[in-house]
Amino acid sequence: MKARVVVRLKPEVHDPQGETIRGTLETLGYGKVQEVRQGKTFELSLQASSREEAEAMARDIAERVLANPVLETFEVELHD
Amino acid sequence: MPRFAIVVFPGSNCEHDVQYALRDILGQEAELVWHKETSLTGYDVVVLPGGFAHGDYLRAGALARFSPVMKPVAELAEAGTPVIGICNGFQILQETGLLPGAMLRNRSLHYVCRYVYLRVETTDSPLTATCRKGEVVRIPVGHADGNYYADSKTLDELECTGRVLLRYSDPEGNLTDEANPNGACRNIAGIRNVRGNVVGLMPHPDRCYQPELGTDHGGRLFESLIRWVSQVS
Repeated sequence: MKARVVVRLKPEVHDPQGETIRGTLETLGYGKVQEVRQGKTFELSLQASSREEAEAMARDIAERVLANPVLETFEVELHD
Repeated sequence: MPRFAIVVFPGSNCEHDVQYALRDILGQEAELVWHKETSLTGYDVVVLPGGFAHGDYLRAGALARFSPVMKPVAELAEAGTPVIGICNGFQILQETGLLPGAMLRNRSLHYVCRYVYLRVETTDSPLTATCRKGEVVRIPVGHADGNYYADSKTLDELECTGRVLLRYSDPEGNLTDEANPNGACRNIAGIRNVRGNVVGLMPHPDRCYQPELGTDHGGRLFESLIRWVSQVS
């Protein structure tokens, strides 16, 4: 089973990398892009006997390791 | 004589500077301890040095916090032993939860490597006990992720309880934006925990312990630490 964890910066956290990308997009002619926020995606291939077990494991991992709760939130999606 | 443990993670690169300053210049017993060690019995101070533990992969300090040695480090911190995190060490202490907040990429997106001026905000800490409140010291920084972040509630709490140790300032002690090398909230360069034994700072006292290095203010912070530990033990 595969679990995809998407980690995003909390909305109130400043994202200088996202802003830099936005600046470059503007010079490329994409002035209509108002904001860019950069996040991370993790793909976990894991063994689990049920979707519930897989999701619980992925959430645990996301909370403990993949996301820093001071700065980031996360979402978990399961894929077969 | 107090014994200093300098923890070495794969990717740490400042442990020798810290050891040289403490042992060879300041005459202390200072040993390197590999991150896989599970005991720190007999050590009176722990220093987490600068560098790129675990390559800074995932996030700076994010993987180092799970190294076996961090269990005894947390136990010693709980018991009141001084634990000092320098640069990457500060990041590791934050990821471990022993200090609040987190580090973002520097506002400029550049790796910043230069001397900064720091205003001493409190002398109630192992590193600044022999300083004067409000005095300005000069110490170099070298980091890409030193942009200290915490939510307003945490920042207010840090300030109200006198737990901000050092702030980036100009030579006169003014907290200007120009003096802030990385965009850190409220120019915060170093903090301590509630109990006062766990300290984290982004600047490198291990790079300026003798006047020949441009400034010996780092040596002064280490001397303060030595005196603090000697008085306690």
